[in-house]
Amino acid sequence: MASVASPLHAESVARIRKIGELSGENIYTCMQCGTCSSVCPMVNSMKITTRQGIHLLQFGRVAEVMQAAIGEFCASCHTCVVRCPRGIDVPRVYEAVRLLTLRQNEDFITLSEIPRETLEQAPQIAFVSAFRKLTA
Amino acid sequence: MKLAYYPGCTLKTKAANLERGALASLDALGIDYQEMPRWNCCGAVFSLADDDLIHHVAPVRDLIRAQGLGADAVVTLCSQCYNTLARANLLMRSDEEKRNTVNAFMDEEEDYRGELEVLHYLAVLRDRVGWDTLRAKVSKPLDGLKVAPFYGCTLVRPTEVSVDGPHPELFEQFLRALGAEPVAWAGATECCGSYQSLAHPEASADRAAQVLASAHRAGADAVALSCPLCEFNLGTRQAEILAGHEGSSAVPTFYFSQLLAVALGLEPELYRLDLSGAGAGQLLESRNLIATVAP
Repeated sequence: MASVASPLHAESVARIRKIGELSGENIYTCMQCGTCSSVCPMVNSMKITTRQGIHLLQFGRVAEVMQAAIGEFCASCHTCVVRCPRGIDVPRVYEAVRLLTLRQNEDFITLSEIPRETLEQAPQIAFVSAFRKLTA
Repeated sequence: MKLAYYPGCTLKTKAANLERGALASLDALGIDYQEMPRWNCCGAVFSLADDDLIHHVAPVRDLIRAQGLGADAVVTLCSQCYNTLARANLLMRSDEEKRNTVNAFMDEEEDYRGELEVLHYLAVLRDRVGWDTLRAKVSKPLDGLKVAPFYGCTLVRPTEVSVDGPHPELFEQFLRALGAEPVAWAGATECCGSYQSLAHPEASADRAAQVLASAHRAGADAVALSCPLCEFNLGTRQAEILAGHEGSSAVPTFYFSQLLAVALGLEPELYRLDLSGAGAGQLLESRNLIATVAP
């Protein structure tokens, strides 16, 4: 009997496994209700919704999700966590997606691009949290 | 029951208006506490990745230092510090494997097992002072002041570290004790845009504009909050937000501790209104809660 080749590239398989390891979440329990996206304060800035991102991940399409600016715009407000009827910790999933990019030494924020006025006015916790979440 | 106070990185400078009135109020209310003489930044955000234990070291180190003072609880004012310390504490209490790894890494410190309680200041008022006692100590009730309590994210999510369970009323109870009228509004536990105001200022401003509009629609005279990042996004940036969002209206923002100090009749210089938006002082002046706004 001929073996059937996996439709997923080896790299995608490794990345999906990594997302599971980093997040501790099982994305396959998502039933695509879209509650996470409906309560997400940043969803309008993302290229696809958080629900669509999970759907793509279920099919192993990790590279597309990494390019979709979900992890980049997530503010870790955790609203989706308290609403998810399947108990998925969605921010953990997208933290893992974000880390796949950050661990390639690609940052989502550059200090020199922050306006001087913001540098002077923003509280210390803004810098600590932004650079913790958005830089390698 | 010894209480250690953890200030955090912003409270001595840009958020001195959160700290000054709060500490003076503890003294006025007869709550004994010790400010931690040595502490480090808590990290401001809790690491969510399972393999990223190194970022839990900072908050755990703070908890160990608090325990070293003989404290059984540590109190914070900043919501981000509260969230980070409370989640790190919970992790050390409940996850044996990670606890052992973190403890093994910090070989010079005592082992820590999550023995402390991490408390937010508002919970200390509720549990160690009590609303009736607080009400009795109020000398300048905030009569008629409609205040929208803004929990934001980090005081209430995730639920296991919420200051008041899944349906919080702590902030409303606090405002009532001061004589103010808490406004019921849709924005109370919304996100202000958080640290995205540095990376994506426009998206963050859109978010903040919605929160401010929600407070205005609900008839709030002011928004009360507990986080320096919320104050930056909703207060400091408010003029810029109003200019960029048609139909939006100004709503003064206060730290909860400023309102507390006002209601307790403490010295006006403790409010540090110089660090708040102009509208804050003007509102208090118009309600005869302060004599004059400092120039």
